[in-house]
Formats: sequence, C-alpha cells, structure tokens
Amino acid sequence: MVVNGTVFKYGDNVDTDVIIPARYLNIADVKELSSHAMEDIDTEFVKKVQPGDIVVATRNFGCGSSREHAPLVLRENQVSCVIATSFARIFYRNAINIGLPILECEAAANAIQAGDQVSVDFDTGVITNETRGETYQAAAFPPFIQSIIKAGGLLKSLKERGA
Amino acid sequence: MGMTMTQKILAHHAGLESVAAGQLIEANVDLNLANDITGPVAIRELEKAGFDRVFDNQKIALVMDHFTPNKDIKSAQQCLECREFAKKHGITNFFDVGEMGIEHALLPEKGLTAPGELIIGADSHTCTYGALGAFSTGVGSTDLAAGMATGKAWFKVPSAIQFVLKGRKAPWISGKDVILHIIGLIGVDGALYQSMEFTGEGVQSLSMDDRFTICNMAIEAGAKNGIFPVDQATLDYIGGRVKRNIQVFEADSDAEYTKTVEIDLSTLRPTVACPHLPENTKTTDEIGHIEIQQCVIGSCTNGRIDDMRIAADILKGRHVAPGVRTIIIPATQAVYLQCIEEGLAKIFIQAGAIVSTPTCGPCLGGHMGVLAQGERSVSTTNRNFVGRMGHITSEIYLASPAVAAASAVKGCICSPEDL
Repeated sequence: MVVNGTVFKYGDNVDTDVIIPARYLNIADVKELSSHAMEDIDTEFVKKVQPGDIVVATRNFGCGSSREHAPLVLRENQVSCVIATSFARIFYRNAINIGLPILECEAAANAIQAGDQVSVDFDTGVITNETRGETYQAAAFPPFIQSIIKAGGLLKSLKERGA
Repeated sequence: MGMTMTQKILAHHAGLESVAAGQLIEANVDLNLANDITGPVAIRELEKAGFDRVFDNQKIALVMDHFTPNKDIKSAQQCLECREFAKKHGITNFFDVGEMGIEHALLPEKGLTAPGELIIGADSHTCTYGALGAFSTGVGSTDLAAGMATGKAWFKVPSAIQFVLKGRKAPWISGKDVILHIIGLIGVDGALYQSMEFTGEGVQSLSMDDRFTICNMAIEAGAKNGIFPVDQATLDYIGGRVKRNIQVFEADSDAEYTKTVEIDLSTLRPTVACPHLPENTKTTDEIGHIEIQQCVIGSCTNGRIDDMRIAADILKGRHVAPGVRTIIIPATQAVYLQCIEEGLAKIFIQAGAIVSTPTCGPCLGGHMGVLAQGERSVSTTNRNFVGRMGHITSEIYLASPAVAAASAVKGCICSPEDL
C-alpha cells in the first residue's frame, strides 16, 4: 500500500498534551475531539490538513500521557502516516493497536521539510520525497506487529486468533 | 547471560525459562487499570470488537480520579459509562467518589499491587508500582481492552539502565529530587523503551513514598518501567495490605545493562524542572528569582502521607505569600483522613492553603487550579509541557513538596533552607 501527502513538520518531544490537550479529554465524540488536534503547537493544523497528509517529526514523538486519543485524532484527521526519528513507546503501541501507520526513519525525519510532497510504500518501507527527489529506507516491522497492522488493529487480530 | 529483574518478571508471566532484550512475548497480566478518561475509550473498543465478557472481574481496576468529582456534564457521562460497565461485569475494584483516590496512590494502598506482579494500566504513570518490585507499565486504551478481554498483553522485552544509588540524602531532599536529577542527566528520552533498575546501598535510605515518586516519573525519561529491589521496607509496606502469596524476583548477578549510572544521594540539591520539559532541571541554587502565582502539592507523584508531612513541616506557623494560590491535594481518602487526624489539614488551612478531596484535576489542566495566560505555578506534579496546566503561555516548575511549600511561603521558587 502506498500513501501520498503534504508534510506537516515538527521537532523533538512532541508530547501527547499538545497533540490533544487534556482539557478536551471529556469529549467522547472523536470528530469533535479531532478538531482540537495539535492546536497548542500549530493552530493551522486542523485548518490545513488534507486526507493523506503526513506528519514528520524528530525525536521522541508522542511522549507523555498514554492517551490513545492522540493517535486517534491524527487518524480522524486522515493523516496517512507519522514518520519520526523515534517514538515514545506508549504512542508507538497505541498507533499500531488502532491502525495508524508509523515509521521510524532518522534520515527521512531530518531531511523532510514542512510542505514537502512525500509518498510512503508500507510494503517496502521506502519513503520518497517527491519535492526533493530523495528516498529513505525505514526499518520493517517484525512479523508479529505486521500481523496486528494487517488485521486492522489489536482487537481485530485477537478476534482472528479466536480470543 | 543473566536477566534483569524486569526480564525475570516478564519471563515468569510469559511461562518462559528466560527472555532476552528485544524478544516479543505475550504475558499474563495480574491487574488491568483504567481511569475515567481512558476507561470509556477501552470500554467502547471492547464492545465494538464484539467482546461481551471480561476474563476476570477481580483483575480489573477502574478508578474515577481525573475529572472527578465531575467538573462538567461530559466528564459525568464518562464516569457513568465506567460505572455501568463495572456493574454489568461485576468489576470488584471499581472506585468511585468517596472510595477513590488518585489511582497510583490508591492501588498500592489497597494492596492491589504486589512484588513480582505484572500490571498494565491505561495511564502512563502506571510505572509507579515498580517501587514494590512489580513490573508495571502504561499502555493505551486498546491494549487495556485486550487485557480486560483476554488477561494477556504483548511486550517487547526491554533492555535496562542500572542506577546504583549511594550515600544518604540530605534533609529536605526526597525521591522527587532524585528522579528530577536523573531525568536532567539522561533526558526525556534517555531511557526510551528501556527499564530503569534502581539498586545499591542508597536504596535503603529511601522511604516507600520516595520510591513511588521515583518510579512514577520513570515514564518522564521515556522508560517502559522503573523498578526497585524488594527489601524489608517493601515487606513492611505490603504487610496487612497484600493478602495473597507473593513472589520476589532479583536481577541475576551477570545481568546485562546498556549502561550503569551512579548517583550519590548525599550530593543532591533541591531540584526543579523548568518549562517546558522535565529534563530542563536546575537546582534551587541555580534557578534565580522566579515569582509564582500558584502552588500545587499533590498528584500521583507526590500526594502521599510523607509528602503531606513534609509540606506541613514547612507551612507550620507560616503563611503563604500574598498572591500565591496554594492547593494541597492528598492523593487518597486514607491520606486525606490521616492529614486531618495528624493535624496537617489544620496547618495547611491556617497557612492560607486549600485542602481538596483527592483528584488529578490541576495536574493535567482539568479543574481545581487551571492557570491563566502567563501565570506560573510551582507544582509537585510530573509534567510541565506546554498547556499542561492551563493556558499555553502558562508555566509549570516541577519540584518536591519541600520546595513547593517553601516557594509558596516566599512567593518565588526557593529551597526550604532559604526560609
């Protein structure tokens, strides 16, 4: 599967409190919740984001709270993929568990700039920067994690295994 | 090759002789925790996926602590959802207003977490129970839903950083200074995906409440878990609380660590994390003149009885500075009652502070102490991210109860020695 979109670029340590501020965590409706995505660091994000767009950041993306609302609001805004140098571990689990594709790739995270047009091939892990004519190789997921992604999330994969 | 303490607990719960760092395993979970924010998401995911029962109604804890007593109708609806789920499935460990406390202070106090156990919680500070020699870690709502349905969770076995604690801490130095010092040293991703294993003769000088505070903030260094060895202090703490058999695990003498960091407790100074990351640490000697408008003493990090006693020691016979709103939140009903019985509540109120029912409220900018534009708070909580406690231009300085109480009295951030 290949996705393609415009890049929103952020720096190190983007925490889940800015991805979705806790003051909105009383909102049960994901659509309403997602209208506040990233607003504490980027008020333009929800106004500009288009289906398929890609979020790129450097170190420790998604640090802080375990709130699954963070990957959920990105998915609800139809972000197709998050690329970072590294992810905080709970965000990493949550993204995989809810089926938001994420890739660790330092070269891509450093080189890609805001507004670049980028495509990602999830089968090969190849990230193509169409704006700069560069490609980067992300590490492949271990088979166990691939099986969760293929099933469409953790609970569906458990159901498939007969839990 | 030997195993770390964490790896031994994981191997045991996965039914394996041994595990190695990087290995993916499925392990049995002893307790699954959720709160009024993450619980509803887990419940909806569980039901959407077609699971109509839980694996064990005694191995789930639901604690209504974040936006409680409910701050608005939406929060009330979320608690209602948890309450109905608990009733439907006969969840025995459902803690509502009147019984609840801040989850990570409450569960150990109730004896629901014990050495050698494996606990997951849909709250990042679930790593707190490592203080008891348990493996405990924060997960998301979907992981928690899977845990509630199947009693199992998947893990990548972590490598570990060993922290060798030496010496004894000076007066006014507490677990908070230890962990802030460490985070300042290694950074907010310094232990990413890894365990933080604490050891050394310095451990015995740390109270259980110090250890809870230290493990609580392991996540602030990116760690999967923090863990202390089990000693007499641990056994004394769980005595009378934990009624089941426990199994104590120790790291092998040839366990491999990615690095070893020595911390001499006797050299630590009161430490503060400046905005907007827990790694931006300075000692009170270096911090300069920082005026504050609010002081929060409480949270899953520092709302236990030791913390309350330290704050009372400083506030006794003193008054908070004009213009410093001082909010003291004992973490559980038991701590709250103890504050009343020991006369601490009276000291707080006479000093011009307020004493609140247990709640996470201000720590995450929920209620009970939200900051306005440009305001500054010293706080014994765990995160000082942008907008965490209110307006995005507000600032949070993380500190120990001693530093927070002293700062409230002086009106600017200071050490208790400065009073």
